[in-house]
Amino acid sequence: MMRPPSSEPRWTAPALLIGALAASLSFGCWRSREPEKAIIQNTGSDTMVNLAQAWAEDYARVDPTVSVEVSGGGSATGIAALINGTVDIANCSRRLEPGEIEQAEKKHAGTKPREFLVGYDALLVYVNKANPLEQITLEQLADIYGEGGRTTKWSELGVKMPAGADEIICVSRQSNSGTYFYFREAVLGRGRDFKLGSRDMQGSKDVVELVSRTPGAIGYSGMGYRTPDVKTPRVARKAGDVAYAASVENTLSHLYPIARPLFMYTLGEPTGAVKKYMEWVLSDAGQRIVTQSGYVPLPKNPPAH
Amino acid sequence: MVTRPRSEVVAEAAIELVIRLCGISAIVFVFGIFFFVFREGSGFLFHGLSLRQFFGSIEWYPTSESHVRYGVLALIAGTASVTVLAMAIAVPFGIGAAIFISEFCGRRPREVLKITIELLAAIPSVVWGFIGLTVMNPLIIHLFHVPIGLNVLNGGLILALMSVPVIVSIGEDALKAVPDSYREAALALGVTRWQLVYRVLLPAAKNGLLAAALLGVGRAVGETMAVLMATGHAVKIPTSVMDSVRTLTATIAAELGEAAVGSNHYQVLFIIGILLFSITFVVNLVADLAVRGIRAR
Repeated sequence: MMRPPSSEPRWTAPALLIGALAASLSFGCWRSREPEKAIIQNTGSDTMVNLAQAWAEDYARVDPTVSVEVSGGGSATGIAALINGTVDIANCSRRLEPGEIEQAEKKHAGTKPREFLVGYDALLVYVNKANPLEQITLEQLADIYGEGGRTTKWSELGVKMPAGADEIICVSRQSNSGTYFYFREAVLGRGRDFKLGSRDMQGSKDVVELVSRTPGAIGYSGMGYRTPDVKTPRVARKAGDVAYAASVENTLSHLYPIARPLFMYTLGEPTGAVKKYMEWVLSDAGQRIVTQSGYVPLPKNPPAH
Repeated sequence: MVTRPRSEVVAEAAIELVIRLCGISAIVFVFGIFFFVFREGSGFLFHGLSLRQFFGSIEWYPTSESHVRYGVLALIAGTASVTVLAMAIAVPFGIGAAIFISEFCGRRPREVLKITIELLAAIPSVVWGFIGLTVMNPLIIHLFHVPIGLNVLNGGLILALMSVPVIVSIGEDALKAVPDSYREAALALGVTRWQLVYRVLLPAAKNGLLAAALLGVGRAVGETMAVLMATGHAVKIPTSVMDSVRTLTATIAAELGEAAVGSNHYQVLFIIGILLFSITFVVNLVADLAVRGIRAR
């Protein structure tokens, strides 16, 4: 095609346009950097997302100048975002792994993530209402869920199910959720993997939902997701031991065998609004919300670990 | 001699440039996406990943502490089984609907049908997934007396419903493209309507109908959210339509968000992306060649 001898003017108009657009955009961003409200970004554990949301909503009344924005996605997502510097606080339903701490240090010139213990969660075993199961041991769970485990029928556990529901339908979580990691470590034992063929749900809520609609199903999720539509059998460490229900006392006294601490992480010692928020979360007012959300608050006197 | 104002010349050149950019942008984006996906996965693809394990093993343990395994055979089987079932349902229904709309239907019902079918295409896939999880799951358990309703049948039915609109609209276009002289000639020979469809229109439009079916396949292979929720998401080679499966797309959707950027797991998910890209590319290419086949006649 023919081009005019001087090609310069062809570029002027679009260049000006793009320049103007870019200028107005950056101006817009610069303006919004100066809000009246301080914004705290809070991402992570799916188990903790409802709890974090409840904190954020209540805190809006405590300090209206601060807005806490909460999203879920999973513990690893929160930590990745913390390491990448896109969030202020990461929620995590497991302790950070050494590799993750190392990554954070490498990326942020030696700054260690600061750990806050904010409450406890007992992992409940969920079964359908039609299931007469009242208690289960960790060994039985490992045999149902673990690689190489042989239990596939409810009748093998001595449970008489309604016709057609004898097959155990394992419901699990996607392979990088904090709940999945904790269950694998606490129930299957370190190094052991899950049996292939479990239904891997995206969220704690989906697990409970599926179990409530499927007679032969068994699942696990945080205690905050209990609904009246499912049953939660008591759990014993091994055959012959006493099985305990996941109450506040049993969780704090470690009698209930699959309970875990819940953490929040910041990059280094927090300052300003984030510091005040974390102090409030650990205060009596913040801990009351832990109870209201269905989890176990920190004991008044630090527990003997 | 009339000279145009300078501003007008500049404006015209600018508009021409913008339109040209729009024209080539599709190509740039497709290659850009392929390049990006390939770059993210290539490191592990060429150094470390055992292709024999990747394609030959059903063991998908991306976050194992003792023995990490990346076998996608079960995921390929999952995608294939759901897609095959979906097409077995959607192709006869879709082509049937296309024939009805194009040949047997009055003008008013045709408009109603077309709008309704387009509406079917407008339902978001997460809503389909929700229907699969909450409506179809108990229904399948109840009807077939199986332990769980999140399975190939559930996913296949939902994918079939999702790909029917694509098949109907492309199939109808293909039938419309058959010249009226064919119909007139056939009717002049005294054929019945059924004979007209079966003996004249279907052979004449077969390339277009094939393209419609293949685009439906592309839709089904690439669908993510609905199958993630409806198939049960279980790593398993299905032995019947009542088995839960997990598809390639659903695996990426479920795990990419939490895989550490640059890790082997992250790269394997991108390699699955390359695999999916290749599958849909081949399907679309064949569909395109089929359409070209009609035009060439």
